[in-house]
Amino acid sequence: MINVEAVYWLIGILFVAWASLIAADSNHPRRWGSSAFWGLLGLCFFYSTWVQAGTAPGWILGVAVLVLVVLASTGLLGHGKHRTSTGPEREAFAKRFGNKLFIPALTLPLVTVILVLVAPVLNIGGTPLLDPKNTTLVALAIGAVAAVVVALLILKPKNPATPIFESRRILESIGWAALLPQMLTTLGILFTKAGVGTAVGTLASGLLPKGSLIAGVLVYCIGMFLFTVLMGNGFAAFPIMTAAIGWPVLVQTFHGDPAIIFAIGMLAGFCGTLCTPMAANFNLVPSALLEMKNKYGVITAQVGTAIPLLAVNIALMYFLAFH
Amino acid sequence: MLVLIGVLLVIVGFAIRLNPLIVVTVAGIVTALLGGMNPAQILDSFGTGFASSRSVTIFVAVLPVVGIIEYFGLQEQAKVLIGRLAKLTAGRVLIGYLAVRQITAAVGLNSIGGHAQTVRPLVFPMAEGAALRRYGHVPEKISEKIKGHSAGADNVGVFFGEDVFVAVGSILLITTFVDTTYHLHLEPLQLALWAIPTAIAAFLIHGFRLLRLDKQLDKEYREYELTAQKETAGEAK
Repeated sequence: MINVEAVYWLIGILFVAWASLIAADSNHPRRWGSSAFWGLLGLCFFYSTWVQAGTAPGWILGVAVLVLVVLASTGLLGHGKHRTSTGPEREAFAKRFGNKLFIPALTLPLVTVILVLVAPVLNIGGTPLLDPKNTTLVALAIGAVAAVVVALLILKPKNPATPIFESRRILESIGWAALLPQMLTTLGILFTKAGVGTAVGTLASGLLPKGSLIAGVLVYCIGMFLFTVLMGNGFAAFPIMTAAIGWPVLVQTFHGDPAIIFAIGMLAGFCGTLCTPMAANFNLVPSALLEMKNKYGVITAQVGTAIPLLAVNIALMYFLAFH
Repeated sequence: MLVLIGVLLVIVGFAIRLNPLIVVTVAGIVTALLGGMNPAQILDSFGTGFASSRSVTIFVAVLPVVGIIEYFGLQEQAKVLIGRLAKLTAGRVLIGYLAVRQITAAVGLNSIGGHAQTVRPLVFPMAEGAALRRYGHVPEKISEKIKGHSAGADNVGVFFGEDVFVAVGSILLITTFVDTTYHLHLEPLQLALWAIPTAIAAFLIHGFRLLRLDKQLDKEYREYELTAQKETAGEAK
């Protein structure tokens, strides 16, 4: 079986490879800090396997993670100058290869989707070939490897390590933002353990005037929105807002249809995801990936949709869920 | 209530634009201390939190293929391709992508796109290519706006498409949580059904904004040309 841990090891190997390239680059302005950061991050991906299995102590990994944060936020991490193809070279390549260039780009989603679809029947002697709990992740990793192979076959670069050299360029432009999504998940866990959720829930139900349906719908939807903005995802907000208002007020007191209330409540939370830097993998990683000047440019583009859509969700819940 | 100080730290930290990594780490430590955890438990939480959240860093696995095809001119080719289609504008390219992303996510294919997989190598170059054809030159301000909206179309499409599919994480979270906590028996299909009105509204609102984006870009380009003219006139004196 191809386990999800194999995928994490692949990522770990990539980080270590990029770290070695940086260490070998004597023109890199932050040569040692940067190679230490990416190398340690790679090692953390390996070590995590045993932490996840419960056979190695988590605190060692915790220390390593804090070291990563220090490296990234004290200016020891930087990015180097890369020799890549120039504009005219790229135009010449584009003329030569034409639409063949799209084949590797399309191989990735195609292989991923096909694997996800056939995964349930792929098995060897009853053991599933792809980790059934993480099919998409495993399929995506296999799709990525297949796409690299296809690209090498079609484009035949002089150096077969070109994918690694060129991806280092993209990785360095992402920089510390690559670590942020995982740190935010950790923050969410700490918030939950420390009882932030219950405190917000108490606060929200304290705000609610008794006996008003519209107020209940408003506090539930806006609460989902705001709480999602704070936590970075609707999943953390949902159980708390539902326990505070969704269930006791909207379902039990006003006899609303639970399926409608919960489905739309979650979607009100998704409007919050569009507006928050806490959802780093959706809002900050892309701005790094696209090398934007304004880190918050993606959020700026989305707020104008999120707010009217929140209003639509409130209206839909109010008019559809209560008869 | 004291634990909410951690939340406040996050808001203030992001507002004054400190490095988000520091903000998140400090807020986590402060919240954990206020919540009564000891330093050993906090370190352990950072470790187990990292180990269990590695899946969000999966985008890294896609970078090698994106790197090599960009080296060989994928973005340039995407621009050439779009340049041939005269009717396409940046806004229309993005509406097309929004529709594809939302529909594929609604049938469970949300792994088909993503910021590393499709937005950087394909969607953004195509949208920028359309702007290049229209204006002959894409100033940075316009490029930034197209970048933001390229990522935005992906997010809106996947968020409000995937919930129409029954086997998605958020739907299963709702059913597991309410079924175990309140002893209900909700069918995932019912929840998916009630996500459809919002999905349609999301497409209409975001699609309308993308249509208006073309007008905004036109306006910004005129302003850009005006200032550029003034600058050259100034030099001529």
